[in-house]
Amino acid sequence: MGGAGPSWPFASLRHYDAQPFHHAGWFIGAMSVSMNAPPLPASILTSPRLCQWLSIAPETDRRITMYSGKVELGQGISNALSQIACEELGLEPQQLTLVAGHTAFSPDENYTAGSQSIEVGGAAIRAAAACAHALFARAAARLLGVAEESLRVDRGTFSSPLTAAVTDYWALAGEVDLAQAISPAPLRRRADYRCAGRSLPRADLPAKLSGAAYVHDLVLPGMLHARVLRGGHRACCLARVDTVALQALAGVSAMVHSGQFLAIVGADEEALVRALEQARKMVVWTLPEALPPQREIAEMLPALPCVSSVVHLQGDAAVPLVAHRARYSRPYLAHAAIGPSCAVADPAEGRLTVWSHTQGPHALRAQIAAALGRNMAEVEVIHMAGSGCYGHNGADDVAFDAAFIAQSIAAPVRVQWMREDEMSAAPCGSASLVEIAGGVDADGKICAWDIQIWSHTHIKRPGWGTGINLLGAWAKEPPIAEPPDMDVPLPAGGGQRNAIALYDLPHQQVTYHFIGQSPIRVSALRSLGAYANTFAIESFFDELAAKAAVDPLEFRLRHLADPRARAVILEVARRSGWQLTPPAGSGTGMGIGFGRYKNRSAYCAVVASVRVEEKVHVEKVWAVVDAGCVVNPDGLINQIEGGIIQSLSWTLKEAVTWSETGITSRTWEDYPILGFDEVPEVSVHLVDRIEEPSLGSGEAAAGPTAAAVGNAVAHALGIRARHLPLTAERLTLLINESS
Amino acid sequence: MRSSVTIRVNGRTHEVRADPDAPLLYVLRNNLDFKGSRFGCGNGDCGACTVMIDGHAVQSCTTPLWSVLANSGQEILTVEGLAADPIGALVREAFLEEQAAQCGYCINGIIISATALLKRIAQPSQAEILAALDRHLCRCGTHVRILRAIQRAIRLMAQGPLP
Repeated sequence: MGGAGPSWPFASLRHYDAQPFHHAGWFIGAMSVSMNAPPLPASILTSPRLCQWLSIAPETDRRITMYSGKVELGQGISNALSQIACEELGLEPQQLTLVAGHTAFSPDENYTAGSQSIEVGGAAIRAAAACAHALFARAAARLLGVAEESLRVDRGTFSSPLTAAVTDYWALAGEVDLAQAISPAPLRRRADYRCAGRSLPRADLPAKLSGAAYVHDLVLPGMLHARVLRGGHRACCLARVDTVALQALAGVSAMVHSGQFLAIVGADEEALVRALEQARKMVVWTLPEALPPQREIAEMLPALPCVSSVVHLQGDAAVPLVAHRARYSRPYLAHAAIGPSCAVADPAEGRLTVWSHTQGPHALRAQIAAALGRNMAEVEVIHMAGSGCYGHNGADDVAFDAAFIAQSIAAPVRVQWMREDEMSAAPCGSASLVEIAGGVDADGKICAWDIQIWSHTHIKRPGWGTGINLLGAWAKEPPIAEPPDMDVPLPAGGGQRNAIALYDLPHQQVTYHFIGQSPIRVSALRSLGAYANTFAIESFFDELAAKAAVDPLEFRLRHLADPRARAVILEVARRSGWQLTPPAGSGTGMGIGFGRYKNRSAYCAVVASVRVEEKVHVEKVWAVVDAGCVVNPDGLINQIEGGIIQSLSWTLKEAVTWSETGITSRTWEDYPILGFDEVPEVSVHLVDRIEEPSLGSGEAAAGPTAAAVGNAVAHALGIRARHLPLTAERLTLLINESS
Repeated sequence: MRSSVTIRVNGRTHEVRADPDAPLLYVLRNNLDFKGSRFGCGNGDCGACTVMIDGHAVQSCTTPLWSVLANSGQEILTVEGLAADPIGALVREAFLEEQAAQCGYCINGIIISATALLKRIAQPSQAEILAALDRHLCRCGTHVRILRAIQRAIRLMAQGPLP
């Protein structure tokens, strides 16, 4: 420490700690507090004042409130953020209230998406809490007449061995100006963590497992229910509607008919739902242009108009000794949350307050205001828990539905989509086709690698890109034109996410064929393009390994210098007892899949063991994950387990189907997902690297799991299945073709 | 048409004004404010709405109100009434201890089905557990924890007399 300038406060407690948002080389010595502390995270730059992140009421029951833009979606983020805040502030978790996603109070941190909530949101909470801690400690030292270095903070109370007197955040509340800009402050050393790093049980679960807890359960005085009538496709037009008969239906007290937007309203939800069945028969929809007929993704996508570009090129290809080329595909996938999307809107007092399970409350607020021509100041969005969120589902759309209907009838309204809406009106995850051509040289190493991807956008969220992205806003009068699709460029990437292989290859060329028009509505679904790209890359690795007659595990290690990548692969091999016996084609098999999400977030290696009989039975899945410093180990394991099982469901069973008029997979019968009787044993191991930055991990397992299963099935059958899902029908076809 | 009927929910008698053909789910949620039973599909396919009726796990979204009236002697149990049910309370506790939830939307229905199973069979086989979960879906992929929570509840039950 020492040297010129002020010394560190709490030298005994706090030390420089590596952070995800800087390079260690940024630090140039202990010259001042600000020079010693890490630079401020992105969210702090957009919401710079301390009071945007934290409030301390002097007379409360010793609680501090922190504000976050990262919302609880069932991923346990509220726990993790609270733990980070408590760690820096010196509080017990029960002393902290987290207010997330309330546009009146919470900072705008964009979306809760992309496995960014710990990396970005956690870093912001940490920086804000650390700054508050530093300021209050300085005030405490002044008040107690002791050096800051002698202070300790426990449960919000500052004490020092040099005095019997103590003080606390609440007593000092008048001493610190929270309106000031957050300045970089030293962070607690991770080795000293007391609260973060522990598997604290989730604070939100007891209520959810007791009764009312979701936006679905919210009841406002005088609240009415509404249901929206929609055609099979967003471009459908109302060809015929008998509005008089609609309004006369039992259970219907009002109707909102504006352009192609049609909703019925009633006080009794059950009667309204019954009326909806009748109402659907009174409406005729036409689709101006029939959808292209459904066929194999691998045939359909390359036939659609696209814009092609080389998005990555490194090195030169050498002429391989053994060359290989293969195509892989994934279908359109539904979010298919168990609870259909829901929102409540209240138009009281010339304002519009919307309760929503959106991923981006601030973005939604701006989009609703713009779509309804309202002043932003009149619109509030308050996040509440919803059913499972795996990306851009119907949450924002139903929030607009509620807002528009509430404004139209001047009464508070709750709208819950029906099962069919959730399956057919919400965006789907984009289909992809991936072709890889590559080869191996005489040394058994890859010397040429050319990957091409055909896909649509993987993100079309409200507030992302241009225009308004709300289903109802495209339908109402005057309609707002749907903005054109555009995808996320690399390095994050949408359709190209994880298209650059993490392996050390002398040559890599990545070409993206972006298809601007999709037969069905698409946007972000967990892991975006990484699911298909990782499946393809890891499958192709196994195929090349077979051609080179090398064990696939060994073949990966041969091309991988990154020690953290090697460590997760070696550890999953050890834990799974990796061996490719019996030989291929015996009906049972093992497969491995590896990926580092976005090539910069968590590392994840997966091994699956399968038995293939009348269908694929996945018997056990092992995963090893390196997400850097882990904030809540059990929470992270829960996310990885969930990611594995959801990916198994996609990989083995799921595909959205459509006809010329719209999506036909509208119920659980048409869109089966993994059942309890199909769930394998799952074993997740975390490599906790406490001195490394925390890495986003919620989406890390999707691609590696698909690849592990695909490779295991190939091992079991002796035949490679490259087109998802790996259903019994598809495998039977494949077997018949090959025999 | 709406009429006044009487049903027994969570050990109490409730008079509700509702259409006898109305699915029980809406009556529980909107007339009686028992929000722990949740709408998922309206078809009995997903299990989010599951309640216990006379010890059996039943999808309340496809159960008409007229079929569960108090005068037929039927007792309805929702997650709100679990605290008063020794096995139900234990199952719920096991789910919390195992952190067997992600979004949690499907869990209450599953807790009800697990409770109904353990009331019927104290030491169910894996096949019996899977059969009890046959009408339930979970989208977050919490299955492994859900199965672990049920196993924990079975162990707790085996450990001794319930409170």
